[in-house]
Amino acid sequence: MKLLGQDKLRSLMQIALSHSSADQTEVSIRTGTSALTRFANSTIHQNMGFENVGIGVRAVFGKKVASCSGNDISEQGIRDLVDKAIAMVHHQDENPDFVSLPEPVERIPEVESYFRSTADMTPEDRANAVRQIVIESDRIGGTAAGSYNVSASEHGVMNSLGVDSYYQGTDARLTCVVTGPDGGFGYAQGHFMDSSKIQPGAIGAEASARAYESRNPVDVPPGDYECIMLPYAVCDMLYDFRYAGMGAMSYQEGHSFMCGKMGQKIVSDKISIWDDGRDPRTIAAPFDSEGVAKQHVDIIRNGVASGVLYGSYTAHREGKKSTGHSGGINLIMGPGDATIPEMIASTKRGIMMTRFHYANITHLMTAAVSGMTRDGTFLIEDGKIVAPVKNLRFNQSIVEALAKVEMVGKDLILDDGILAPAIKTGKFTFLSGTAF
Amino acid sequence: MEDSVDCRQFCEKVLSQAKKLGADYADMRIVRRDNESISLRTGKVEGLNQSSSYGFNVRVLLDGAWGFASSPIVTDEAGGRIAEEAVRIARASARVKIKDVKLAPVEVHEGSFKTDWKINPFDVSLDEKIAYLKDADEVLRQDPKVKVTDSFMEFFKFDQVFASTEGAYIEQTRIESGAGISATAIENSEVQTRSYPGAFGGDYAAEGYEFVQSLEMLEHAQEVRSEAVALLDAPVCPAGPKSLILQGSILALQVHESCGHPVELDRVFGMESSFAGTSFLTPEKLNCFRYGSDLVNMTADATIPGGLGSFSFDDEGVPGQCFNVVEDGIFKGYLSSRETAIQLGQRSTGAMRSVNWNYMPIIRMTNVSLMPGDWSFDELIADTPDGIYAADVKSWSIDDKRLNFLFGTEIAWEIKDGSLGRILKNPIYSGMTPEFWGSCDAICGQDDWHLYGVPNCGKGEPAQLAHVGNGAAPSRFTDVRMGGAK
Repeated sequence: MKLLGQDKLRSLMQIALSHSSADQTEVSIRTGTSALTRFANSTIHQNMGFENVGIGVRAVFGKKVASCSGNDISEQGIRDLVDKAIAMVHHQDENPDFVSLPEPVERIPEVESYFRSTADMTPEDRANAVRQIVIESDRIGGTAAGSYNVSASEHGVMNSLGVDSYYQGTDARLTCVVTGPDGGFGYAQGHFMDSSKIQPGAIGAEASARAYESRNPVDVPPGDYECIMLPYAVCDMLYDFRYAGMGAMSYQEGHSFMCGKMGQKIVSDKISIWDDGRDPRTIAAPFDSEGVAKQHVDIIRNGVASGVLYGSYTAHREGKKSTGHSGGINLIMGPGDATIPEMIASTKRGIMMTRFHYANITHLMTAAVSGMTRDGTFLIEDGKIVAPVKNLRFNQSIVEALAKVEMVGKDLILDDGILAPAIKTGKFTFLSGTAF
Repeated sequence: MEDSVDCRQFCEKVLSQAKKLGADYADMRIVRRDNESISLRTGKVEGLNQSSSYGFNVRVLLDGAWGFASSPIVTDEAGGRIAEEAVRIARASARVKIKDVKLAPVEVHEGSFKTDWKINPFDVSLDEKIAYLKDADEVLRQDPKVKVTDSFMEFFKFDQVFASTEGAYIEQTRIESGAGISATAIENSEVQTRSYPGAFGGDYAAEGYEFVQSLEMLEHAQEVRSEAVALLDAPVCPAGPKSLILQGSILALQVHESCGHPVELDRVFGMESSFAGTSFLTPEKLNCFRYGSDLVNMTADATIPGGLGSFSFDDEGVPGQCFNVVEDGIFKGYLSSRETAIQLGQRSTGAMRSVNWNYMPIIRMTNVSLMPGDWSFDELIADTPDGIYAADVKSWSIDDKRLNFLFGTEIAWEIKDGSLGRILKNPIYSGMTPEFWGSCDAICGQDDWHLYGVPNCGKGEPAQLAHVGNGAAPSRFTDVRMGGAK
């Protein structure tokens, strides 16, 4: 199924707006195609193609709001969806905090977010990429697992106040875990809007090298260690960190890690974290689910708590304008000037971790998370990697870990939509080990 | 299903096209999924949503490899195109394989099946549902220290047709209902939440609106509120090895994570190794590995009436089944598919499911449960001289082979000299799966046993949030590593 294009999407959305009798109406349509090739044991075991259509309607009467969604974009289907939303809203209570759907703003800046290389990718292309990874894992006597996910989509949003937003985007992500001989594991991945930037052979080689280096892991005692987190692990950490209170709602309700600390230094001044949906190094999207332009928002600037992310509802509660963060996230941690070899060389006794597994928040206000390391964990002594280690469980406040950051890497990697460098922190608490 | 589509005729055309294009085997599903959710946050109805989704898929096996394609457009034209796409994808898959996929045999079934419900939740007025939530929410907010409250209910209806080139044609309809409440008290940088009837999703069942009514949320709201507030000033749960009694809902999650997932045979064979992980329960352990103490019996049962993980047939047309996964502490069985079961010389145990028309089925839990013992809850507390009683999940984590785990609960109580004492906040406990279940020395009986509906079991790529069930009664474990999160 081809993308419908701006004119067609706009005409479909106009059907909804012209049919609606609500005080305010918002309609959003997404269409696209996506494909996913999964492999394990060096074999493709799932291989899927999808055609996607989704339409959502939000109807507003005064301070009453209701929404409906579906996947029927026939003219009658759209009118029925509007009628359904309007019927629902009459059962709704007034929400005193609701002010309005977002007003249109200045022209939304264009972002180069659609790449033919990704949109035109075929099942054969994906299979060939997997084959390159398998060749690399074969070199160390290992097996490869992972996935190659590509999508091409379009998103349009219109509302009765004049919001009229449309963009097309592509997304390509190849992940790989190589299981090596003698208990070694290695992870690597590539994530870009433009699939031509993904180098399957290099990804396979990186994961295979890590799997080979992590063979025959040893036990290390739990405790506090200096810790080097490779960019993949930092992305995983930021993924959890955002749930601890980067959104305006948690700040307004009083359970964000930044509550009472806005404008204060909360972590190392080497750390800056922001969100920017227009950064071409991320999976860029120029506007959010309400059609509002995404803005650059500093969340932590040189260690200082600086801001939270607003959609129109949370913004209006404070008399502010949305920052374009009703859904979607493009977190970025700023780079430093260190290399990973420099971080290793500066470490007296520490752990270098590749990646988190199954981390969850254990304490909200300190942004404490517990999880496991996986796919390549190493012991460093006197500035050198001395042994691969069996995976470790950590229970660690992210705020405290970032407060003790000593070095920040200069190279950023996008993993699962989050862009981050490696970091070295002076203290990270590991509670226990496991059997592998 | 859409009245305009003759499903049987459509399936015949699509499957015939797949065969014509070279498929050795093909199956397909047409699915309509309807959902309604209502959520109140701190007294305001912030979410009032209805959604529906309709489409079909084709899964083909060709040259020993899988291809899958799907579309929301259910027409003859789309049927042919999607069958063609699935075949093309299967041919591409065959370029990277070590051995051919084989399927365990299955008896071919035809028929129509539906779950039981007394009150169709989609027929109950929104006004009635909202009023029910508002009444409970109002009680939750009757303390100024409670700053945030959540009350929600959610309903699903699934209509599905499954057909295969082997001749299966199965229609299934199911309705599911769920609800829950929670209160979050905040004071001086302390945040504490209590929930009912379970955290992170309340409780669900494959029943009608009568299930939501049976939860009696209004009657429990006051206790939820007062416990949330009491936690603000409670001492942190002490660290150290302790006798730990886990309440049913947190123990159900422990069963889910440390037994339900590791007995999924696709994980065992490494098919989820890059994402969700693998399993320590490898095939040589079948029928001989000591998973837990003699008291520990666990089943996978897709036949429990009203279970969120119950069904008549899975998405390969295999009947829902009940079997032991742990018997008298010994590991006994896997959740499997046709593709994985045959590798152990077995028939599928019927666990292949997908969450919608546009997802490929993978092995999912059914209702995986710890079977009841013979203790009463009062006897269990009275028999514990020094311990902790912990309830309702707050945080969970387990390694990618499902061995090393750490769970946090919303609340705990000290047990001293056989009596429940003061409330403790931020409890966490951790351990290794076989040692933990090996330390189980008492399990409460049927009267305290409950099957919890879990609507958000995550697995697979793209992520599929499956609806499954996990049952448990309060049980005691000895020498568990406890701590307090901070």
